[in-house]
Parts: sequence; structure tokens; C-alpha cells
Amino acid sequence: MPRVILRSHEELEEAARRIRKHIIRMTGSAGSGHPGGSLSAADIVTVLYMNEMNYRPEEPDWPGRDRFVLSKGHAAPVLYAALAEAGFFPVDDLLTLRQWGSHLQGHPDMRSTPGVEMSTGSLGQGLSAACGMAIAAKIDGQPWRVYALVGDGEMQEGQIWEAAMTAAHRRLDNLVTFIDHNGLQIDGTCEEVKSMRNPGARFAAFGWHVMEIDGHSIPQIMDALAKARQVKGAPTCIVARTVKGKGVSFMENQVGWHGTAPKADQVEQALRELDEAGAGEGGGN
Amino acid sequence: MAEMIATRVAYGRALARLGAQRGDVVVLDADLSKSTMTHEFAKAYPERFVQMGIAEQDMMGTAAGLAAAGKVAYASTFAMFAAGRAYDQVRNSICYSNLNVKICATHAGLTVGEDGGSHQCLEDIALMRVIPNMKVFVPSDAVLTEWLVRQVADVSGPVYVRLGRPAVPVIYHPEQRFELGKAVTLREGSDVAIVACGVMVARALDAADILAQQGISARVLDMFSIKPIDAEAIDGAAAHCGAIVTAEEHSVIGGLGGAVAEAVTSGICVPVERVGVNDRFGKSGKPDQLMEVYGLTAKAVAEAAMRAIARKR
Repeated sequence: MPRVILRSHEELEEAARRIRKHIIRMTGSAGSGHPGGSLSAADIVTVLYMNEMNYRPEEPDWPGRDRFVLSKGHAAPVLYAALAEAGFFPVDDLLTLRQWGSHLQGHPDMRSTPGVEMSTGSLGQGLSAACGMAIAAKIDGQPWRVYALVGDGEMQEGQIWEAAMTAAHRRLDNLVTFIDHNGLQIDGTCEEVKSMRNPGARFAAFGWHVMEIDGHSIPQIMDALAKARQVKGAPTCIVARTVKGKGVSFMENQVGWHGTAPKADQVEQALRELDEAGAGEGGGN
Repeated sequence: MAEMIATRVAYGRALARLGAQRGDVVVLDADLSKSTMTHEFAKAYPERFVQMGIAEQDMMGTAAGLAAAGKVAYASTFAMFAAGRAYDQVRNSICYSNLNVKICATHAGLTVGEDGGSHQCLEDIALMRVIPNMKVFVPSDAVLTEWLVRQVADVSGPVYVRLGRPAVPVIYHPEQRFELGKAVTLREGSDVAIVACGVMVARALDAADILAQQGISARVLDMFSIKPIDAEAIDGAAAHCGAIVTAEEHSVIGGLGGAVAEAVTSGICVPVERVGVNDRFGKSGKPDQLMEVYGLTAKAVAEAAMRAIARKR
């Protein structure tokens, strides 16, 4: 299957809706998983796989590919949905999520799933691995780029800041890190649990080039990525303000939907809402 | 008197030579390059040396990323920080994905000396060998270390090599042949077998001398390959000698002694006496003094051999 590149905002918005529907169906079918933080990252991951990144789905190990590391590994459903849409494996595989014998493990496993670049799940570790990849590209003088997605709650892990120092110190301008800033974590809001207020200022203080965007605006995500390509001598951090559970009314901004799967009737309602949103915007399926 | 060379010194030399032979080798260190001796590689190949600062968790994760992008990554720091501090990163970022990271940890065990218990890692063999995909090697001298450092570059997947701080006797002739997963029989014997690794191998040979003076014939095995362990050599020792002593500069729980005891219980059951640190933390002192106080001496190994022989049925 050849690489699909979507260029218009409408096509990308439609792809993001498809990916959201996959997330709902997958977690519903699995009976467990993390829909909230998958939905909040859906637009970012859609733009990366459907527009920004260079890769060959028929040759997942192609050395010249761009790499994406999902540091917040519990959002595996959004990554798997994007990889299926990108053609790394059949869309039908998505419904095997978390089942015995499936290549779709509960958290990303690079040895199981074609297209997964790094095994993640233990929070805080993915950004270091992304740095390692970016350093490898620099050593070899290769133009491929590295993208990482970090959760705002995940930023409470100290290793994130070790990696933030590494990327800035080594001037990894081939590395772009998104912060999925949805403001919620398992035990409550990030503000209540341990404040991660103003993550952009924190990354800027570490020496990163920082941009802040609406993480559900396809044009803003695309624009930030284009600007990141122009940044020289520093890694880029894109703080994406997002809504956990985005696109499903009863999940939006609800702490409880971090790690709870929707039941059958909730799956139906969520899919209906996503379809209606698509129709409302002149999209559809 | 044998020549004395620290295994970390042999590591530094071998790594610099490996850098010339293989362009895909990169080296990471966490602000200890002058102690781990990776500074020799850093000087020769600065573009392939990644100074991580005092950030061992990030170092292991970065090494995983480098390996995922096709590099053979050698990551060095003290054993305490490699195996202890960065355990989750070693398990989840490196071993879970079977990535090509070679953790070469120096300053293992009591022979760190004056720095004391906080820095004397006596648990690393246990911690590392229990992780799937990980291989664990503990070389006894400079010759074996140099061979290992080159050899593990060709091993697919993660490796932990345990190295020491002080100068230790050179045991092997430069032409000695080794094989991963195979113990070296340093001395033949029939009454008891001493299975040792690291700094305890030289002491095991001295223990065999002590035993010989009492008319006891001791086989001495250098079990540098702790995982995979040489079960065949252990079976052979059990069948031929009928009693085994293990000797390591590590806790008696979970290290070489544990691995040998596991092999014995699934093979030929004979008495096993384990010489090591008896579930205690280390303390400050001179390396040889500590080895004496903690009972890691040739004499202690010989006494353990007598106990093992007495337990034979």
C-alpha cells in the first residue's frame, strides 16, 4: 500500500474523525484501554501521519523514514489507528487491541507492531529515546526528523527534564516534541495532582524553541510543524492545548475517561456524535 | 607476580580499538568517563561519544534510541547507577525491545573501597540477569575483558558487562580462546569444584592451592558468562566433583551463586556453598581490607570447599 498524503484541512479533519472512531471502536471492543488521552492527541497524530512525516508503510524499517515516539504510551489506540490508516497493517486488526495473540499490545511494542518506533508505556522514557534517534541522525548527517508526543501529566516524571536538557544541549533541531496539554491525569486535574502550569515556559527555560497552539486546530498544527522545520540550533516544543476525550460529549474533560473503555451503548453514541460532527462540517465518511 | 590491570582499564582500551574497527559503535557516559575509561574513545571519536551528564535514566533511554536507529550503543557508568538507578529504563526502554545496548558498568562490588556502601553495588548481577533478553558477563581479568568488549558488539540485543575499579591480576595468556556461554576450566580437580567470576577467580585459584596442600583436588571454573550460564560445565563439575562452591563479589542472593544453584537443582543435585556478601551493605575501607572483612578471600573459599565436601553423601 503506497503512502497516502492528505493536504487539505478538510481531508485531514475527516481523517482525524476516522481515527477518533477507531479509538472508540477499539477500546469498546477491548473492554479496556485509554480513550481520553487518545482522543486528545488525535488531531496531532493525524497531521503527523497523514501529512507531515515521511515513511513507507510497505517498508516500515526504511532507514530514511521520519520517526514518531509516543512517549505517553497509554495513548496506544491513537497510534495504532493512525498506523492502520497509514497502511502499515489492515484496519480490521484494530479490533484485536489488547487481546491474546494480537500484535496490538496494551502499550506500544516496537517488536510487535509494524510502524511502532519505540516501545513505551512506563512514562517519561520516550523523550530520551527520541533524543537518541535524533542524535543518530545527526551523527550520520541524515535529514530524517524525529517527533515525540509527551503528556502533560507525564511531565511530572524527572526523566522528561533530563531528556529536555539533552535535546537542548545537543541542539537537536531535528526533534519536535508535542505536549498534549489536556490538563487531566488519573487522580484529578494536573493542577491538583502536581501543577505543571505553563509547560511552554518550562521548556523555553531549558533552551527549547516553544510554540503554543490549539491542539485541535489542523491548520495550527500544520503551521507549527512548518515553522519547526525552519528552527535551527534548538529542539522545538509545541504545547498543544487539548481537551481530554475531545469529540465525544460525555468524555470531554472527564477525569474518569482516562483509562475506562466505553460500553456498547456509549460506543454507539460516541460514533453517532462523531458522524454528526463530520456531517455538520460538510465532511462525512 | 602477575601483571596487574583493572578490567575498566582494559575496557577503555578495547573500546577505543573497537571504535576504529566499527563505525556503528557509539559510546555514552554519565559524567564518569575518566573513571569508566570511556574517555579514551571520546578522545579518538568525539563525534560518536555522547556525554549525557549526571542523568543515568536519560542515558539508558538515549542509548535505546540510538540502538533503534541502527547504532551499537555502549553505555557506561558505575554499576550502582547503571543497574540500580536506571533499572526501569534498562528493562522497558532497552530489554523489552531487545535493543543493541551494551551496558558496561564499572566500579562494581566492594572493591570500590573508600566511597562506601552507597557506591558498592552488590545486587547488579541479580537485577540484570532476571530481565528477559539481557545477557550478563563478569570478566575476571584484562585479557577476557578486551575479548568480551569486542565480542558483545556482535551479540544481538542487550548485554551487561560488570567491571571493577582496582587493578587485578592478569590470569589469561593473550592467545586464550573464549566462547560466550562457556566457562573456562582453569584447573582440573575431582573433590570439589570452585565456580567463580570477576575478582574472585584469582582468589579461587589461590583457594585451590590451599586445598591442594591438604590433599584436596579442586576444579576451578571461570564462569564469566552468568547469563547464559554454562549448565553443561556445572553438570560436569557436579558429576565429577560431587560438590560445588561459588565465589563472587556480590550478594549471595541472586547472583552467580543463585544462578549456579538454579542450574544444580535442574541438573545433578550436589551440595552448593555460596561465597559472597551475606545480605549486607558495604562500608568504607580499603578494597583488600573489605574483601577480608566480608569474607571474600581465598581462605574463605577453601573453607567453604571443606564444608561442601563434608556435605557430600
